[in-house]
Amino acid sequence: MKHARQERVLRVVVPLAMLALSMLAWDLAVRAFAIPPYVLPGPGVVAAALIDDRDLLWQSLLVTLTITFEGFVLAGLGGVALAVAFNRWRVAEFALYPYAVILQVTPVVAVAPLLLIYLPQPLAVLACAWIVAFFPVLANTTLGLNSVDRNLVALFQLYKASRWQVLLRLKLPAALPQMLAGLRIAGGLSLIGAVVAEIAAGSAGAGSGLAYRIAESGYRLNIARMFAALLLLSLAGVAIFFVLSAVSHLLLRRWHESAAKQES
Amino acid sequence: MSERGETDVRLRDVGKTFDNGTAALAGLTFDVAAGKFVSLLGPSGCGKSTALRIVAGLSEASAGAVERPGGSLGFVFQDPTLMPWANVAANVSLPFKLRGADNAASRASVMQALTRVGLSEFADAYPRQLSGGMRMRVSIARALVTEPALLLMDEPFAALDEITRFKLNNELLTLWQEQRCTVIFVTHSVFESVFLSQRILVMASRPGRVFAEIDIPASYPRDEKFRTSAEYASYCRQVSEALAQAMKVGP
Repeated sequence: MKHARQERVLRVVVPLAMLALSMLAWDLAVRAFAIPPYVLPGPGVVAAALIDDRDLLWQSLLVTLTITFEGFVLAGLGGVALAVAFNRWRVAEFALYPYAVILQVTPVVAVAPLLLIYLPQPLAVLACAWIVAFFPVLANTTLGLNSVDRNLVALFQLYKASRWQVLLRLKLPAALPQMLAGLRIAGGLSLIGAVVAEIAAGSAGAGSGLAYRIAESGYRLNIARMFAALLLLSLAGVAIFFVLSAVSHLLLRRWHESAAKQES
Repeated sequence: MSERGETDVRLRDVGKTFDNGTAALAGLTFDVAAGKFVSLLGPSGCGKSTALRIVAGLSEASAGAVERPGGSLGFVFQDPTLMPWANVAANVSLPFKLRGADNAASRASVMQALTRVGLSEFADAYPRQLSGGMRMRVSIARALVTEPALLLMDEPFAALDEITRFKLNNELLTLWQEQRCTVIFVTHSVFESVFLSQRILVMASRPGRVFAEIDIPASYPRDEKFRTSAEYASYCRQVSEALAQAMKVGP
């Protein structure tokens, strides 16, 4: 027991100490080599930028998070719907799966500029977020739907279950763990998709998300604000990961081995 | 329908050839009268599970005729085959839910079925919290909750340890005596088949067919006393010999 608690404390303390040390090293290096702030600002300057530009950065963060959320929701719905359709109609899988793979393996950075030509910028950004995020949901849900216990399928058949009953009462619950794993990946990816599209739009873009702030600050050599925006982006990514992990845990803790508490 | 009542199961010259050309069953013929407890006994791969799936309607016979009673049917697989995301009560009430009959009466039936298998206190537990024997009891409760005329069991206790298996054998006989349904029980255990059944169909392999029929006229209730009796031992010897011969004849 004592050992376990000690380890839990260490798991929090050690990374924090690591962070403090690297901040200190960063600060000392900037001072010692007299690096000008337009090349590398110290952590203090970045923190100041974070506070001074808080209104601007907060607005940008909200824009990016909104797009990420929309892309994530659409990717989740689209991925699950497509997986169900593939599971139901093999022809749909034959027809569409190769293109889903192509969409996935083509780097979104290369697709974004094209999308920006044909779509208004907010829509293009959303499309990018969707493109990168929907595939893990599709692939994982498909895997889940295809690995339903054969005997349970036979049992439902024995009790003359309708297709809807099989889908809602058997296949979707059985696929839930894999579906949630896919959604957890999709959360991070939709943030990446949104950022990539905004960067691709660059200074020409009319957007105001965090990635746009990074590009813009880069052109203005406002390196401190670049770091501040970058910090917010990583924090957003971490927050998304934790929220989705928590949701997944809550949904699975009662029955799935991955989330259930070990009883010794 | 047959004259002997609605709950007869009749197989006539049933054959089953899989897509890869393997003949799993050929000329399989047997009757099970209403309310009887009959075992299909044979080595692995003799097609006894296939025969059971055909009786259940889960698999289609390639030849011959299959008759079974209308109405509900219970099936117990070798694995408990429970939905891990649903608690015990929800698993047992599945047959009602799929029928669209999730009401007070069905909930009472679920509790009654759980009480009969001794799990009334575990209604809210999830399958992963239960032992193998308890999971199998839930599976049996689910099969019996609709009070089916016919109960099909596919090596339900094969994966359990011997102590649990004996216990469940006793419980199954008690349940059968209470419900008086027809039971077709697939097993590869001579001792289990003799303990449980009124009649044993010994099957030969490749293709699967009935090699011998042996009646076990010992009266019920059968208990631990029967399990250790000379009578039981002599039936076991007789059935073992039949099984040995069935395995010798081959194709």
